[in-house]
Amino acid sequence: MAEKVLMKGNEAIGEAAVRAGCRYYFGYPITPQSELPAYLAKRLPEVEGVFVQAESEVAAINMVYGAGSAGARVMTSSSSPGVSLKQEGISYIAGAEIPCLLVNVVRGGPGLGNIAPAQSDYWQATRGGGHGDYRTLVLAPNSVQEMADMTVAGFEFADRFRNPVLLLSDGVLGQMMEPVSLPDPIDYDVDSKKWGLGYQGKDKNERNLCTSIFLDVDELEEHNWHLYQKYQVMTDLFSKGEYKDFAVEEHLCDDAEIILVGYGIISRILKTVVEKCRKRGIKAGLIRPKVLWPFPSQVFERLQQTTSNFLVVEMSCGQMVEDVKLAVNGKKPVYFFGRTGGTIPSDFEILNEVDKIVRPD
Amino acid sequence: MKQVFSRPRSMSKKPFHYCPGCDHGVVHRLIAEVIDELEIQDRTIGVAPVGCSVFAYDYFDFDFNQAAHGRAPAVATGIKRVRPGSIVFTYQGDGDLAAIGTAEIIHAANRGENITVVFINNAIYGMTGGQMAPTTLIGMKTQTSPYGRDAATAGNPIRMSEIIATLESPAYVTRVTVNNPANLMKTKKALLNAFTLQKEGKGFSFVEVVSICPTNWGKKPTDSHKWLTENMLPVFKLGTFKDIHGVEKS
Repeated sequence: MAEKVLMKGNEAIGEAAVRAGCRYYFGYPITPQSELPAYLAKRLPEVEGVFVQAESEVAAINMVYGAGSAGARVMTSSSSPGVSLKQEGISYIAGAEIPCLLVNVVRGGPGLGNIAPAQSDYWQATRGGGHGDYRTLVLAPNSVQEMADMTVAGFEFADRFRNPVLLLSDGVLGQMMEPVSLPDPIDYDVDSKKWGLGYQGKDKNERNLCTSIFLDVDELEEHNWHLYQKYQVMTDLFSKGEYKDFAVEEHLCDDAEIILVGYGIISRILKTVVEKCRKRGIKAGLIRPKVLWPFPSQVFERLQQTTSNFLVVEMSCGQMVEDVKLAVNGKKPVYFFGRTGGTIPSDFEILNEVDKIVRPD
Repeated sequence: MKQVFSRPRSMSKKPFHYCPGCDHGVVHRLIAEVIDELEIQDRTIGVAPVGCSVFAYDYFDFDFNQAAHGRAPAVATGIKRVRPGSIVFTYQGDGDLAAIGTAEIIHAANRGENITVVFINNAIYGMTGGQMAPTTLIGMKTQTSPYGRDAATAGNPIRMSEIIATLESPAYVTRVTVNNPANLMKTKKALLNAFTLQKEGKGFSFVEVVSICPTNWGKKPTDSHKWLTENMLPVFKLGTFKDIHGVEKS
């Protein structure tokens, strides 16, 4: 981690992926994530990797399904409308338990929406998006450094849990430039997964099969409970196990009368708001979920005992706020402030919302 | 006593679920025989489609992926790019390949992916109960064309081999059938050509097999093959549309 370079968020994901051993990228052009495929189209051939511009997002995600089935570290990226198209494939990938990294550089919706930054794909990201009983691990970086770090972590989590991992970014994080320490490169061997199609190890004694079809009712029920148990293991690891500190950032919450809640780029604005509140004598704190599923409910369960209010701020009409309300469970008021359509809320208008709550007169 | 007939090594022992008289079993066997003869069983990876052959992986004894409807060529692309030393093939029906998966097959062919595609064209959706396919003949009655396919509203049968042969990249595009023993042996030769080309890294190969669906056609298997010969072959003409390496002459 010696070198520090100035990079765009989208490019940092690309370089971090290469260093994490990813040699396969399949994607389809869409704004505002174009820097990522552009970077990898140039970079992957330098490391004998494969870059394929697919005929559609649908094809791209199915190429990911194939490459992941064959044991590779593989990724795709897109932005909101394109990620909607990938949902079919993500459902198959989750059902067949194929590791891969998905990147959504979120833009405004619904429909074609616009190309400005947004957080309106939270529900799609955390509730599955495709059909069936499945979960996707969702990581939410708030800096170019975290774009790189969470890319590496994403590949590791994907392999560990045999599950798709979604990096939920937005148009601001993707396009902004910041200094970043890049991870050390690792060597990754496609034969490290014994279940992979085409695995050539000497210990292979039966053929490998990657499938999501279980026609027999009992078999599918057994498979679904198997997936559920895996998701429970993930939930435990991210709420109280070895990844609990990875999952959430708390800032000045212990004495806070109001706790602001936001993920991604919003969390950086909220940090400024917390500072300004403190200067004005308002004891404000910040909870920043870094993992959106499994949602860090435990932090809210604990801090609702000491704080008086929560204010959730999102670049949407209010999506994550539902998870906060579930975690707080009616014990303290949960307020919401959102801007949407590509508008980024200013610290000033958030401060006004805080005032309305803690100084209503 | 000399054994003259046995199960190919590349076939599993699982009994077929296919309807009596269906051509799938015959074509499965031919593929397995070719894979045995080329001695590539240990490095072959199949991609099963959605359709009657969704469980194709049960009948072969090598690695398999089960793809979403129409996406097999994209999945095969991903597998082959990761494992270029493997032999990767898709096995797809007409609804899978010529309707929902049109984009995937055209572009995999156009990229010249070094894979083999076996395309079963029986002019109908079998598994879902006999709906009109892109390859359904004009006038042919199905569950969703109860008055017969009308070109004015449902278009004409799509000839996939001819379309794919217009592309520069594919190495081998041929249409065969298994309506009689002579044609069955030609189908085996076509599959041998296709897998040989892939083994030699010579590019995309496409084998269309004009086939029957006795159940959904409402005909006996023997009558079905007669119907195929009289009605399908005039529309889907047998022959090789592309053979850039001259594999058929060698």
